[in-house]
Amino acid sequence: MTALEWQVRVQTGDFDPEAEAAALRGAAAGAVVTFTGVVREWSGDFDVAEIELEHYPGMTERVLGEIAAQAGERWPGIRAGVVHRYGALKPGERIVWVGVASAHRDAAFDACRYIVDCLKTQAPFWKRESGSRGARWVAARDSDEQALERWAASAAGEGGRPA
Amino acid sequence: MLYFARLREAMGRGAETVDAPAEVQSPGALRDWLIARGEPWAGAFADAQPVRCALDQAIARDDAPLHEGAEVAFFPPVTGG
Repeated sequence: MTALEWQVRVQTGDFDPEAEAAALRGAAAGAVVTFTGVVREWSGDFDVAEIELEHYPGMTERVLGEIAAQAGERWPGIRAGVVHRYGALKPGERIVWVGVASAHRDAAFDACRYIVDCLKTQAPFWKRESGSRGARWVAARDSDEQALERWAASAAGEGGRPA
Repeated sequence: MLYFARLREAMGRGAETVDAPAEVQSPGALRDWLIARGEPWAGAFADAQPVRCALDQAIARDDAPLHEGAEVAFFPPVTGG
């Protein structure tokens, strides 16, 4: 996958998942798999009125681009796109979109999952939730780190999704 | 120096320029040197654990080699996506 075959955007404004998927489809695509991350209204016992997404300008685009490029090396022939918002967002709003187009579905599913798992632990964004109980920074989850470790372990194998 | 999220709040600033002595040669050493200077660094690093670092906009290990004009960022584990 060359640099032309993945697109990464970091922005405050909303995006349209249908338009993003349409832009990703190419002549060779038999499969398009997409993921959309959305702001939850409830986070544990904390009702969320709004979240603020802070980011590290420059590093965010770079890291997302590197993740997409790594996916392209691991699943040759795919096309990938990532859009990630930052700033103030309300419950129900879209945060992130990841799409992968491929000739066949195995690579599309696996690469999409891989990109999402990687960005959750590597892309420099930080979420701050505010609601009726005040405001707090969201804590990183162990399960996200474990997902990354499973991808690393399976890389020693054939590159598909670990069981 | 750049600080983000909870660490930025604890520092009371998001960015600053520091001139570290020549013997400070890694992000880990830089963090220790800042803590030794006292507040706000000591309290901020103690309060916002754990802390990760990036060097020139790439995730870096504590013992990565620093250079003149390096951009070093400290931040909590990321929570994007």
